Amino acid sequence: MSQRARIIAARLLQAIPVIIGVVTITFVLTRALPGDPAVYFAGDAADEASIQQVRETLGLDKPLPQQFLIYVGDLVRGDWGDSLSTGQPVLSDLSRRLPASLELTLLALLLSCAIAIPLGVMAATKPGSWRDHLCRVAVTAGVSLPTFFTGILLIYIFYYLLDIAPSPLGRLDFLYIEPERVTGFYLIDTALAGDWETFGGAAKQLVLPAATMAIFTLAPIARMTRASMLQELSSDFIRTARAAGLKRRKVLLGYALRNALLPVVTTLGMVFSFALGANVLVEKVFAWPGIGSYAVDALVASDYAAVQGFVLAMALLFVALNLIIDLLYAVIDPRIGFEGG
Amino acid sequence: MTEISRRRLLQTGAVTAASLPFLRALPAHAQSSDVMVAVNGQTINSLDLHRTGTNRPSYQVAINCYDRLVSFGTKPSMGGGLEFDYSKVEPELAESWSVSDDGLVLTFILRDATFQDGSPVTAADVKWSFDRAVSLGGFPAVQMKAGGFTSPEQFVAIDDKTFQITLDAPSKLAIPDLAVPIPFVINSKVAMANATEEDPWATEYLHLNTIGSGAYKVARWSPGEQLVYERNDDWASGPLPAYKRVVIREVPSAATRRAVIERGDAQVSFNIPSKDALELSEMMEVNSTPIANCINCIGLNTKFEPFQDPDVRKAVAYAIPYEAIFQTAAYGRGAPLWGEETERSDIAWPRKTGYMEDLDKAKEHLAKSGFADGFEVPFSISLNQLDWMEPTALLIQESLAKIGITVTIDKIAGADWRTASLVEKRLAFHLEGFGGWLDTPDYYFFWAYKDGHLFNSSNYRNEEIETLVDVTLPMEVDHPDYEPNVKRMLEIALEDLPRIPLWQPALNVALNGATDYEFWFHRQLDVRPIKPA
Repeated sequence: MSQRARIIAARLLQAIPVIIGVVTITFVLTRALPGDPAVYFAGDAADEASIQQVRETLGLDKPLPQQFLIYVGDLVRGDWGDSLSTGQPVLSDLSRRLPASLELTLLALLLSCAIAIPLGVMAATKPGSWRDHLCRVAVTAGVSLPTFFTGILLIYIFYYLLDIAPSPLGRLDFLYIEPERVTGFYLIDTALAGDWETFGGAAKQLVLPAATMAIFTLAPIARMTRASMLQELSSDFIRTARAAGLKRRKVLLGYALRNALLPVVTTLGMVFSFALGANVLVEKVFAWPGIGSYAVDALVASDYAAVQGFVLAMALLFVALNLIIDLLYAVIDPRIGFEGG
Repeated sequence: MTEISRRRLLQTGAVTAASLPFLRALPAHAQSSDVMVAVNGQTINSLDLHRTGTNRPSYQVAINCYDRLVSFGTKPSMGGGLEFDYSKVEPELAESWSVSDDGLVLTFILRDATFQDGSPVTAADVKWSFDRAVSLGGFPAVQMKAGGFTSPEQFVAIDDKTFQITLDAPSKLAIPDLAVPIPFVINSKVAMANATEEDPWATEYLHLNTIGSGAYKVARWSPGEQLVYERNDDWASGPLPAYKRVVIREVPSAATRRAVIERGDAQVSFNIPSKDALELSEMMEVNSTPIANCINCIGLNTKFEPFQDPDVRKAVAYAIPYEAIFQTAAYGRGAPLWGEETERSDIAWPRKTGYMEDLDKAKEHLAKSGFADGFEVPFSISLNQLDWMEPTALLIQESLAKIGITVTIDKIAGADWRTASLVEKRLAFHLEGFGGWLDTPDYYFFWAYKDGHLFNSSNYRNEEIETLVDVTLPMEVDHPDYEPNVKRMLEIALEDLPRIPLWQPALNVALNGATDYEFWFHRQLDVRPIKPA
């Protein structure tokens, strides 16, 4: 175990050059964006003098290398700068918005897996049958509908027409007070506080956006499950297991699925990252205060600190994500040594 | 402030629990007549208007949570409901005021009002707040300058109840400029207690806290999500507002905003797209108020050679499909500004220009010009305002092709738009939509027709306009020279056409379950007059 800890530490050390690269590149890229934040934030009727004043306040009148040094110095001290468009420190914005996005994305993926994996297994056991076709049609339909369309459609049916969904206004209806912050995940925080009423409120708000995203992410997971199940089911050890008279269930789930999960987990990692990005449209439709809409708004306004903070947070998140996926490999398949990965 | 814990809120709210119905669960939705929900597509990014980087939507906090010395009266609006009346200045925090005979000294007597911490509002607070408005720079300083307020020495607290302003020159804009959102009165004792060496004006504290004497205070604010106003029951400067609490929810998607207002889960949907306004107006109260002193127009940049030719400018003006643009880009919401105008008998503004779509006349003018064979020109629009700019641009492109002018559409990123169009003024042919807060034509001319001024995106310069505007701007409207001067300005502007007015845009607001909305020149939601329907 201590060896594993050492290896994890080594992996984290390897991430340092990546982070340094990300910090440098985002700094340069944000400066290359069109638009002048000083003009943008000086307001509608600002004249030359007040724009210059804003520029000085923001430190944008200094030469670029000096701005970079100031930025890095602040980062080292744990100061990610202030976002101009929200008026808050970037770190506090991210710490409020990242959990909102993660809660939604993780729940959507969970929902998606719960549907897509059985669907994929079902399709693989009888390839070419009506079940296989059903699976194909369902996932193709899901992935070909843009998320904002699915989102608006779900709102129209379940909120506007049937009135069974709550108003699509963010993470909590205004009837509830947000839970005391522990993790930033409302479901977890309300459960910790034992406030089941607000838990219910938060869960209700999650249903439609999570369903929207789940529909969109069904396809890659189901297709990958089907393909890798087909491969496993036609392999020698499954034939041996069947010949040995093991129960169908045991063969299917115990041997085939377990081996088939490896590529599925890899796909999940990718789906997670693109789902977090594709969130933007879902967030806009459901007024979800997530990280995607934050990043887009910041980009539109040339809000340097916010864009840099977002990219950096994402880089950190993916370093962590890759580590988790590598660890999961070892859990699923003991043959995969951690050193080799 | 944003971190009010549930427990604390329950404790402090225990006494008033009955009046805070949405703690815990409230069975019915916001049908309770104490709570209003308003949805809006934009982010509020600060509670302090004077701070660097505070955006437009945040101005509503200054309006709802703070008092100014004076305000405007109201009058019925052609867009439905009421709108502010620029000609009637009414008391707010000031009970009365007087102007010295030379027009230089304004003396205000304050009413008995208290800040929300219970301390009385004094002239010293007013002075501190005004000093802050002119000292922090940026847009607040620019707007204060429009009224003639530039330095703290101009403001004197004579005694607790008497506040005096000395102007460098008399101006008719001085008193109206005190009714704009900028010169709001802050509790200077609390602010100074929270000021630091580097931050003498307490911008960090005021960024997160409202310490005024206004009708509401901000009870909770989660940037990017919502803002909750709570009524100040001791408000002295106006009639007590009907709603105890007002929730401003941020909903970026227009489709979602529409669903929520239609279902009645929100009582107000502020600044809705013109298309929704048209369709919703059959189901509920929709106010589409033409925005005072605001014009959507085409800018013809004189730096671009063909537009230096007066006949080219007229040719363009006669080739614009005004009606089609108004119907497609604005869904007929607002006020048309083309056609009619045979003689200028009054100085109403914005007004019809006398130009209309007439391709024969356009061809005639073009033939007379130095560019009879036409020319090519890029037409620039902003990616952030595609909703009205794109249909307008396409219709103009199609129509100008008929007289031989080839237009290519050039879309400019939102963050770059202001720099390109207003600061560097480098767009040859573009759209512009300036609106002046102070509602007089000369004020519009000051910003949009004077050389070098921000909204003069056409680089227009006319010596007569330069002197006329300078002379007329401070002049009282009942001065005998005022009307002839303004008429002359209109005449020159409509002859020279550096800007071709299209229509006066409207601010669309839908109300479902609420009533008595008032339109204000600042184009933000004033929640104070709104009542349950």
